[in-house]
Amino acid sequence: MVSGLINANPVVYEKKERRTRSAPVDVDEYAAEEIDQLEIFEHIRDIKDPEHPYSLEELKVITEDAIEVDDKRSYVRVTFTPTVEHCSMATVIGLCLRVKLMRSLPPRYKVDIRVAPGSHASEAAVNKQLNDKERVAAALENPNLVDMVDECLAPSLI
Amino acid sequence: MKNFELNEVQKLEGHTDRVWGLAWKPATGIDGVPAVLASCSGDKTVRIWEQSPATGCFQCKAVLEDTHTRTVRSCAWSPSGKYLATASFDATTAIWEDAGGDFSCVATLEGHENEVKSVSWNASGSLLATCGRDKSVWIWEVLPHNEFECISVLQGHTQDVKMVQWHPSVNILISCSYDNSIKVWAEDGDSDDWHCVHTLNQSNSGHTSTVWALSFNASGDKMVTCSDDLTIKIWGCDIIRMQSGDGNAPWIHISTLSGYHDRTIFSIHWSRDGIICSGAADDAIRFFIESKDDLVDGPSYKLIYKKEKAHEMDINAVQWSSMENNRLASASDDGTIKIWEFISAPGKKMHL
Repeated sequence: MVSGLINANPVVYEKKERRTRSAPVDVDEYAAEEIDQLEIFEHIRDIKDPEHPYSLEELKVITEDAIEVDDKRSYVRVTFTPTVEHCSMATVIGLCLRVKLMRSLPPRYKVDIRVAPGSHASEAAVNKQLNDKERVAAALENPNLVDMVDECLAPSLI
Repeated sequence: MKNFELNEVQKLEGHTDRVWGLAWKPATGIDGVPAVLASCSGDKTVRIWEQSPATGCFQCKAVLEDTHTRTVRSCAWSPSGKYLATASFDATTAIWEDAGGDFSCVATLEGHENEVKSVSWNASGSLLATCGRDKSVWIWEVLPHNEFECISVLQGHTQDVKMVQWHPSVNILISCSYDNSIKVWAEDGDSDDWHCVHTLNQSNSGHTSTVWALSFNASGDKMVTCSDDLTIKIWGCDIIRMQSGDGNAPWIHISTLSGYHDRTIFSIHWSRDGIICSGAADDAIRFFIESKDDLVDGPSYKLIYKKEKAHEMDINAVQWSSMENNRLASASDDGTIKIWEFISAPGKKMHL
């Protein structure tokens, strides 16, 4: 049981205005549409923090700038910043990001998730765990963890 | 590179989740015995594929299900081909008896605290090793009447143990781990106790991240390891000393193959002909051989062929047939298995 909050009073930031894409002039409906930074951000901005009723965007755990996309190489890297250096929720947040992108992106995509350099006391260990797909697969067979992840992802599905 | 070709012979579909592991059944695919391949998956099942003598095509002959309740991570045939062992995230290892293509689960080995990641039979089929996320390696003795007794629980790794593999001729066990190290385990002749006799890590030119897999060459005097650090490493040992009963014979770093991979290397397998094959998270399959060009600093290894986009997603396993020299199977996150033929192009001589 969680006896207390890890970060009792997080700073809450304003949500970024939702940009609407300007409609392209020539629409070639057969051309492959490139996936860009904004699209990835839209997928993950509304994920709820595991312990607060705020989104990862509102807590500045993720920003659009911290997303790297190379559509040609089918590669995405998301760098997130835990609210506190000792955040034990870091792996859960990382797992939520991975699961959301696994569900949203075409399967050809390679996704790396990491904590921002210097933002976490166990940075290397957290990064290693989040990018070990065998451990991720095992974690996602744990019903309690899946419930937790699904709860965090629920607002992002709207 | 243009001297070689990798031809896709068949794509096997049926698993409904990623395919983690493959094992060719010993002594099949030769002398009129149809080739048999086992595959295991995140869909909690094992599938048995058999080649039809008439068409040459592989077909799913059996689905082993309703025993494991979670991902089946690894599978291995006993040397006689009579048994298949399967390691699962459900913390158990199941032993299946193959009675002419009818499979029944005859034993379930329990003891690991959580996910079992790998299983391996020794050369004589008298011992079985398992390893898992609980950081331990277990050695089981195979007794009559489908009984298995745990004779040793080996502690030493500080993290998740990814794979165990017995030496092809001597009772030496190798394990590799998320703790970046490779450990060599041998039996102490006097006390029948098993011990870690060597640890190969960064301090002796070892890997700097998770070691995912290992494979021995045919003669057993070398092994190859692959890692999340994007390198492949070759290790050598004095086989004469080892065969004379000295399990302490050290494994020495021979070569590091770096710069060839840009994502995690999950699988490595050394063919009887000396071709090392790798399967990686960049969806590619690569082939390496020992190069005789430069023997001043010991043998070096070179890339001879690379197949981009061999699968749609990560490749988790590559496995050479033990009987047919050119045949290779690969397994992927895309849920498929592919059978390949690796050949030297017509008119070109294969230098090995």
